[in-house]
This record gives sequence, structure tokens and C-alpha cells, in this order.
Amino acid sequence: MTAIRIPASTVTSHESWRRALFLTLLGAAALTWILLHGQWTLPHDDDVPLFRSLNGIRDWVNENRAVLEPARSFLGSLVAFFDNVLASLGWPGVIGVAGALGWVFGGWRLTILVMAGFTSLGVLGLWDSSMATLSLMLAAVVLALIVGLPLGILAGRSNRVSAVLSPILDVMQIMPTLSYLIPVTALFFIGAAPATIATIIYAIPPAVRITSLGIRGVGPTTMEAARSLGSTSGQSLTKVQIPLARRAIGLGINQTIMLALSMVVITGLIGAPGLGRNLTVALSKVNVGAAFEAGVAIVILAIILDRLTFAAGEWLDPRIRRQQHRGGGRIVAIGAPVLILGAGLVAPAVVDATEFPEAIQVSIQDPVNAIVGWITDTFSPITIAIKDAITNVVLNPLETLLTAAPWWLVVAVVALVAWYVSGRRPAIVASICLGLIVVLGLWNHSMITLANVLVATLLTLIIGIAIGIQTARHDRLRTVLRPILDTAQTMPAFVYLIPALALFQPTRFTAIVAAVIFAIPPVIRLVDIGIRSVPPTVVEAARASGATDRQLLWKVQLPMSMRALLLAANQGIVMVLSIVVIGALVGAGALGYDVITGFAQGQDFGKGLAAGIAIVLLGIMLDRITQGAGRRRRTAAARAG
Amino acid sequence: MRDSRTSRWLAGLAIVAVVMVGCARGSGATTAPTNAPAASSAGGAGEAPSGAPAASQGVAAATCKGDGSKGTVQMMINQWVGAEANVAVAQCLLQQMGYTVKTSTLAEEVAWQGFDTGEVDVILENWGHPDLEKKYIADTKKATDDGPNGVTGIIGWYVPAWMIDKYPDLADWHNLNKYADLFKTPESGDKGQFLGSDPTFVQYDEALIANLGLNFKDVFSGSEAATITAFQQADKNKTPLIGYFYDPQWLQNEIKLVQIKLPAYTPGCDADLKKVACDYPPYILNKIVRTDWKASGGDAATFIKNFEWGNKDQNEVADLITNKKLSDEDAAKQWIDEHPDVWQKWMP
Repeated sequence: MTAIRIPASTVTSHESWRRALFLTLLGAAALTWILLHGQWTLPHDDDVPLFRSLNGIRDWVNENRAVLEPARSFLGSLVAFFDNVLASLGWPGVIGVAGALGWVFGGWRLTILVMAGFTSLGVLGLWDSSMATLSLMLAAVVLALIVGLPLGILAGRSNRVSAVLSPILDVMQIMPTLSYLIPVTALFFIGAAPATIATIIYAIPPAVRITSLGIRGVGPTTMEAARSLGSTSGQSLTKVQIPLARRAIGLGINQTIMLALSMVVITGLIGAPGLGRNLTVALSKVNVGAAFEAGVAIVILAIILDRLTFAAGEWLDPRIRRQQHRGGGRIVAIGAPVLILGAGLVAPAVVDATEFPEAIQVSIQDPVNAIVGWITDTFSPITIAIKDAITNVVLNPLETLLTAAPWWLVVAVVALVAWYVSGRRPAIVASICLGLIVVLGLWNHSMITLANVLVATLLTLIIGIAIGIQTARHDRLRTVLRPILDTAQTMPAFVYLIPALALFQPTRFTAIVAAVIFAIPPVIRLVDIGIRSVPPTVVEAARASGATDRQLLWKVQLPMSMRALLLAANQGIVMVLSIVVIGALVGAGALGYDVITGFAQGQDFGKGLAAGIAIVLLGIMLDRITQGAGRRRRTAAARAG
Repeated sequence: MRDSRTSRWLAGLAIVAVVMVGCARGSGATTAPTNAPAASSAGGAGEAPSGAPAASQGVAAATCKGDGSKGTVQMMINQWVGAEANVAVAQCLLQQMGYTVKTSTLAEEVAWQGFDTGEVDVILENWGHPDLEKKYIADTKKATDDGPNGVTGIIGWYVPAWMIDKYPDLADWHNLNKYADLFKTPESGDKGQFLGSDPTFVQYDEALIANLGLNFKDVFSGSEAATITAFQQADKNKTPLIGYFYDPQWLQNEIKLVQIKLPAYTPGCDADLKKVACDYPPYILNKIVRTDWKASGGDAATFIKNFEWGNKDQNEVADLITNKKLSDEDAAKQWIDEHPDVWQKWMP
């Protein structure tokens, strides 16, 4: 808190002037709403000419797709290659290879985790599906890295490249997958090839972003030193920047794999084999237990790959590797993995390696169904009352407020809020986004979705901050919550949609609940980190001056972790938006429903694509407003220091 | 430092070795037959079944295994269980005949694209998609209508049976407005809620509500699973619910639903979907096959051409799959054991 010092009096008068102006204009807007609501609204129309002209894109693609046949067959054979490798290793071989890698990268703990994880996939009776998913992912991840890492290095070295790539990556991440799934299937048909492409589109951004961050993280003094020693640009890249950014690159690979895994469910919709297919089939039978099994398998795969790649990233960094303690010395370090690998490869001589033995398979479907049934029967009266209350008190009024307002008034108010919390540029960006939504002809549905997103974000923040504060204070609670949060993030939303439906009926609120479950883990984590990073000396000083716990929280810890809280809000919004489409499956309607219709019915393709773009625009708008707030707060915090 | 570098090299070598071993074995002599169709990747149509030896299982009355020597049939499974039941039975019988059957579960629109690419040979249950039929059957001639599958699809407005016991006159649409208040929810405001369906399905409820002057609002459930869960809860907890549903559907075997009488369907009354004011037509569900495959498919093509059963049969298999939790294969076997009179007529 030593940064810029602005004379306190000027700041205060400037601030109060701003606030007065903001409140006056807000009051004027409220008055305008009362006078003019119900006019200049833009009711929804399914038949906008723009939608039909977007249909033209698909037809054009349809006619020209033969060009892409080589790409398609290449992708198909790449997936088939990994399929082959996994299939011919058999289940003992896969477990053995994974165990050996675990030992080399991490040590015996990781080995046990990885081997137990793979074995449990078989025990769940999902070995074949899991391997199909794994090979699809391997293909997608390899390609994503081949493209993503060089792009990331370029973006790390050139501001211009970075400026061009950044908005494209934004769109790739926020655009709902379903809205580009149809063009992708039009281009690459059905099966493994389009599934790989869709996964790559979704999984590339972190590879590019984190790599570029890592390259940029190499300090200018280091670079200067390299240059003064006479390295060429290429040498300083390969000898200095890349080696120093190795850990960041490892993290990028790790995140790429995680995102790729979250696409598994979606790929099930376009005929790719694997766990996604198990999930979609379970959903059509409303069989929560079966969906849960597939979901657990996905979580297990995620945990294995996360820990394995994370350990590999650390292992790649010589600075870390040197510190790692390896018990037993050289013989164990080499002998153990070789032994595990050997056992896995020799096993097929003894047992049938092609099929996981049925004798040790256990189905957890029935108990899960029984538990879920009991929960829904017992709690549904309460949950439905909660749903009705929140819908009537918060959601419906907010939706009416947005949909009944003249559209230009909404644009004006959003611009005003953006200006007040973030500044002039976010205000301009936000107005442009809303303006484009008007042009797209999806105003009404966008406002309904916006209302849902705002309520979901609000709930996420209230609950997330409350829990985050608690975990920051109690280490044990944090330890207990960590695996639950990990699961909530990796478990596909499809799995908990059905219990949520039973508890809350198909309504907008159910979609909000799904969004909150999905978005809350990062919020809790960020709040936790924010509060914990308040220096202990400050906390002690506050205590010494007689502050109670409550005062300490409200006067010291929360204000000092404001940036973390704002980042949490920002992440919460992005995550909530990313499951708008899934929310439509349980009654959220509006934009998500348009996207699904567009995916399902040819004549609505244009509307679906437009709705996908509208979701991206809402995302950019909300993101810029909250990001800008972070920057403003920083100057405010500097003032306080 | 030296230590870890050595182990690094070893690990690298090990990975390379594993991949090489994997490839060698993959291309070498085939191991045990993999009859599980789900495990195969979506390769091209040229992928020949590699003369796998017949599984020497004890030959029971009904087994779904065969030697797979007569070629591959690619069947598409629509995302509802009835369609799964069709395919389960056809797959079992085709495998007995010596075919390898490859299935994929796809959205309907996507499935039809498979006719273009040669990745789908058969759709066993088509619920009237005029736009797709025009494009693929009339225009490009990639697909052919292969006749009815014997199932009649009924779409309509349904309520849980307990509601009719309690309000007998609810069964006629004329009285719907009288009960609109019962169906009010926070989603529908001051109107009754009509639970609409999955956007993939054929529907015009919104127009029907408007044209019949009903005080209802069409609120979409968003998916079949959502609608089913809603009806299950409405049945169990005795909460009022009216919505779009259909038959055959396995839920009809689990709980009792009653169809509301709408103005009767007459041919052409649904010509203008904005002015429609009559019930949904009965759908004579038909089979669609890839034109080239029909010509070259041999016995399998004849079998599919002959495939025809009824709503009762399909619901029976679907019920085994969903409510009795049998695997598709076991459900198919059980039905095949019990109904030789039906399926023997399909055999070429």
C-alpha cells in the first residue's frame, strides 16, 4: 500500500461529484421507466430475416465440405491410433503405464493414486467408455498443443499478435459449444472427427494464454542479460524464455486437458463414443445412478490427468526436480517404474486383457438412485417453496424490469453503471454489445437470460463469499471442502440436473441452481485466497487494538481482499454464462433454448447461431464491466494506503 | 541431477517402446472378438471386419452373438428409449444372422447427415421431418423411405391420471380454462402453465393455445428428461400438471397419463402452423435407409424392409430397459424369446 498518493481532498470531491451524477441519472432512468415501460420494447420474433441469411452459411458449408475430407480422415485415424494403442495395451497395460509415469513424475503416492484411479474406472464397469474418451482427448489435446503452444510463444513475444489473438480466444471460450457444433458437424460430419475439432476449439485458449503469460513472465533484466551476452532472438527464446517458462507451459497443458475433458459430454451428442454417450443415454432414461457413474468416471479421469500433468510440469523444471526427495536412491527410482510397467505388459499372458474382469465390477446405480429418491421426496416441498419465493420476489420483478423497459433505456442504464463502476471504455464496449444484440433481433430473450444470469451470479457471490470467509478461518473446513469443490467443478452438470429437476421442477430457477453449483468453487477459492493473503501483521495489529472478529472481517479482511472479491465476481459471471445453454435443458428458456433449437432443427440454424453470438456479447459486456471495476478499485486501494 | 536425467531418458524410452508395442499388436493378429459395437471408433465405411473367430459361448435359445462375417450394418439410435428398443431387437437378430452392427446415438438432424457421408445405413424410427425428407429423399436421393415400422406415434396433451379422477371434465379441452388456475406457477404468471417440450420434437402448442383461446402459457421444459421428471413428480406428489407428451414412451408403462381431447385432427388442419387449432396427427412412423445401402445390403436390407412390430412390443422392450434396468441386449433377448411369431416374419 505504498503506491501513488493522491491528495485526499481532491479525490473525495471528485468521487462525491461522480456519485451525485450517477445517482441523479439513475433516478432519471427510474422515472423514465415508470413513464414509458411497455413501450419501445422489442418482443421476440422467431422469424427475423437475419436468421435466415445465417442459414445460408450452413448451406454454403454443406456444398463445399469435400475439401475437408483429408482433414477429416486424418483426425479419424489419429483417434483410431490412440484407440489402438490403448486397446492393445489392454487394461493391465494401461494401468501399468500410468503407474510407471506416476512414479517417474511424482513418486509412490502419485503411482498409487493413478493406478487406483484407473482400476476404479474398470470396477465401475466403464473401462471401454473411459478408454474411448481418453483416446479422443489425447488426440484433441495433442493437436491443441501443436497449434496452441507456438501461438502462445508468439503472443508472448509480440504485443501485436497478442492483441489480435485475445478477442478471438474470448469468443472461443464464451461461445456456447452447441452453437458451433452444427457448423462443425456440417464440415466434418459425425463421429470422432467433429468431436475432436469441437474439443480443440474449446481447449486451445488456456494453452495459448498461459504459455504467453509464462514467456512474458521472464523478466526484462534476464532478457537483457541474455542479449548482452550475444544471444540472437532465437537463442534467447530457446535457451532462456522457454526453459524459464516451462512451469507455466506445464500449467497451460494441464488446463488444456481439463477443458478438453469438460467437452466429453457434448461430444456424446454428435456420436462420438465414450462416457459422453453413457451420460446422454442415462439422461434419456432419467437414470440418475447411471449418469452418476459416468460422471464419477469423468471426475476420476480428470483427477488422474490433473495430478499427472501437474507433476510432469514440476518434473520438467530442473529447479524443482533437484529439490525432490527420492527415497531409496537410484535403484528404486529406475527399478520401480520399470517393474510396474513390466507387470502391466506381461499381465495379458496371464489374464484376459481385453475385457476388465466382470467379477470385480460393482454397480453403484441402485444405491445412488435410492439416495437421490429419498432426498427428493423428503426435501422437495421445502425446495419448491424456496424456488417460488425467489422467483416471485427477485427473478420475476427483475425480468419484468428488463423486458418491459424501452430498449434504449436499458442500454443507457447499463452504460451509466459501466461508466460509474469501471470507466469510460467499458461503458462504450457495453453499449456496443447491447446495440449488436438489438441488431441480432434477440433483445427479449437476451434480457430474460440476463436476468437469470444476474440472479445466479448474485446467489453465487452471496453463498460463495460466505463459505469462502469460513474456509479462510477454519483450515479443517477447507480440507473437507476441497475434494467436494473439485468434484463440483469437474462433474458434468448433466449428472445433477435430474435431482435438481425433481427438487425444483423444470424452471428458470433450476437452471440457476445448476449454474450456482458450477460457478461457486472458483468463487470460494478466490475469496479464501484473498482473505488469507491479508498479512498476519495487519490482522494482529487490528486485534491488538481491540477489534472483534466481526470488525476484523468487515473493516480489515474484506476491504483488503477487495481485488480478489472482484475477480471472484468476474469469474462467477463467466462461469454462469458458460452454462446458460445447459440451463435451457431444464427450463431456463430464452437464449439457451434458441441455441438448442438451432442445433436440433435445420431451419432454425440461423437463430441458434445468432443466439450463441448474443451470449458471447452478454459475456463480453459483463466481463468488461467487472474487470474495469477491479482496475478502479486498485487506484482506490492505493489511495487508502 | 544425473540421476533424474537418466530416469527421464528411461521414461521417454519406455513410452516410445509402449507405443511401438501397441501399434505392433494393434496391426497384428486379432485377439478376442470385440463384439461391443460402442467401443469401435467412427472410422470410414471401408473398415472391414477382420475375420474374428466366432465366440464359442454356450448356444442358448437366444444369443445376440454371431460370427459377424456378412458385413457391417450402421444403425442410428434416436435419443428416446423406444428407438433404442427398436435397435436392440434388430441388432440382436442381425448379429445372429452374421452381421456386425455398429450403432451411434445422435440427434435427428445430425443423423440424417450420416446418409450423406455413408455413416448411417438405417434409421428405424422417423417422426415426420418434412424438411429433411425433402432434402435427402426427394432432392439428393441419398435416403429412401423403407416403409412403416409398425409403431404409431401419438402426440398430445397429457395430465396425470389422478387429475381426471378428481376433475372428470378436465379431459375435454373446452373445460381447460375453468381449471387454468390450478396450473398456475411463478413461471406462467397469472395464466395456467402448459409444460412444453424438448425443442427437438415436432410441436405447435403455442399456436394451439392461442388459437383455441386458452388462458395458458407455454413454458418449455427444455428436454425430454425434464418433462419426464416433472410428470413423475406430479404423479407422486399429486401436483397439477398439463403438458406435451407422446406414446409410445416408457413412462406410459410406469405411471398413468391421460390424454386431453383436443379438436379432432382432419387432414390439412395443420397446414398453416400459425393458424392450427386441431390435435396432432397420428404419426405412422417409418424407417429410413441409405439408398446405396438398400441396394447392396443383401439379407440385412431385406430384414430391415420387413421389420414391423407394434406399440405394445416396443413399450415392452423399453419397459425392460428403463424400469427393469436390463441391458439393451438382455431386454432384446427376452422379447425375442417370447415373441418368435412376430420376428420370424422379418427373416429373409
